[in-house]
Amino acid sequence: MDIDKLKEKVIALVPEAELEENKQFLTFYIPAAKAHEFALRLRNDEDLAFDYLFCLTGVDMPKFLTVVYHLTSTRHDHSIVIKVKTENRETPVVDTVCDIWRTAEFLEREVYDLLGIRFSNHPDMRRIFLDESWVGYPLRKDYTDEVNIIEL
Amino acid sequence: MKEVIHTPVQHVEEEEYNINMGPQHPSTHGVLRLLVTLQGEIVAKLQPHCGYIHRGIEKMCEKDTYPQLIHLTDRMDYLSAHINNHAICLLVEDALQIEVPERVKYIRTIIDELTRIQSHQLWWSSFGMDLGGLTCFFYGLRDREKILDIFEESCGSRLLHSYYTPGGLMWDIHPNFQKSVKDFIKYFRKKIKDYERILSGNVIFRERSRGIGVLTKEDAISYGITGPSGRASGFSCDVRKHYPYAMYDKVQFKEVLHTEGDTLQRYLARMEEMYESMKIIEQLIDNIPEGDHQVKMKAVLKLPAGEYYQRVESARGHLGVYCISDGNKTPYRMKFRSPSFVNLSVLDHISRNTKIADLVAIGASLDLVIPDIDR
Repeated sequence: MDIDKLKEKVIALVPEAELEENKQFLTFYIPAAKAHEFALRLRNDEDLAFDYLFCLTGVDMPKFLTVVYHLTSTRHDHSIVIKVKTENRETPVVDTVCDIWRTAEFLEREVYDLLGIRFSNHPDMRRIFLDESWVGYPLRKDYTDEVNIIEL
Repeated sequence: MKEVIHTPVQHVEEEEYNINMGPQHPSTHGVLRLLVTLQGEIVAKLQPHCGYIHRGIEKMCEKDTYPQLIHLTDRMDYLSAHINNHAICLLVEDALQIEVPERVKYIRTIIDELTRIQSHQLWWSSFGMDLGGLTCFFYGLRDREKILDIFEESCGSRLLHSYYTPGGLMWDIHPNFQKSVKDFIKYFRKKIKDYERILSGNVIFRERSRGIGVLTKEDAISYGITGPSGRASGFSCDVRKHYPYAMYDKVQFKEVLHTEGDTLQRYLARMEEMYESMKIIEQLIDNIPEGDHQVKMKAVLKLPAGEYYQRVESARGHLGVYCISDGNKTPYRMKFRSPSFVNLSVLDHISRNTKIADLVAIGASLDLVIPDIDR
């Protein structure tokens, strides 16, 4: 499917999606409250069939936290990026997608470990790399650690 | 005559118990701890505990300029160091819209494929060793040494090369490069027959590995299992075919696809990949064009603000680099989608209800590299 058709199709399926212009992939912001429902639609739709989540990560933009999902369809060979934004920095929560794409289970644990975004309904929401006693989330831009980070 | 006394079989209560495989265990090939819940000798559940060598490479990247952070990527998947470098170089070149000379593309493709062969050789060695064939280890490492010699000659280093730079190569190849590579291919085509005789054609090995750790195509896609492990399940995921870079769209090679998805097929997929890699090298090695090995670059590289995603096919699968730039000389955020980390997530799923001895074979067939998991 070419990019214009894909854009129309996604907007028809997910009316709340907000298009972000000038990106390598077609990029949409979707509201956090309905993230799981929309993700399920994107996978189950016959024409879209986004069955392969090839990258899931979180980013600390200065004002808000985002979770970025890179999706592709192995059947139709088209890709999109969806982003979920949360402005709550204290206790950010986003719905898990690991019942839709199983690969998300570990990747979401990594995001929780390094950025502190919790995923609701995740079967095993623990830190994956760092110790449970670790304080703070290292990939946050306001993270400081006088002992372990050496500034040159 | 002595009377036979029948003692009633004592009913042992079936209990689950946990054992730790690793952090130091020969079959985890590094510091990975698998917390295995067993019922008798059947695996009921498996939880990987990672992070023993987590170095925070993504965090370090935020402090480094692009030419500097290439040196960090070597240390993720040290067995495909060149390919990791390639991902960053392509990312920077795409963002700055720089076209590298043909010569660089040829050399990079050849060296990437040599990297793939040496990685698969080491995997083959340790796979054989995990299943009790120590000969494999000696054979594999003996042949791998030849490739490392070629790398040493041209790149100056055997393991962590950092040979690729944005815009080209650190320096030109050694005058002997073509001859050494051709000698190696000739040598290895003979030696790979030994590999086939020792393991592929070995009845004990085939029966040992057939039918264990079966991964279906649907699960492979859902878990995002790429590389030879995914292709053994029939998931067509070769980045070189789907999103060609360097010279991969101009050479003839086959994407190795199997359907069964068990340990034996994952083994065979990697063996066939070595033949395909040799085929690619043979098509290129005689035609390396003359020219520069490096484009003239600015002293300080600043990527235009935006998001970039670059994927390459490393020896273990889809290596993705997701970079957000805010226009400075250092990236705002750098994420490595490492194939080993994603492939590890399926280990629990495919090893349930197998014997603990099979877990060793299944783990070996996924070809995990621990620094690539932890980063």
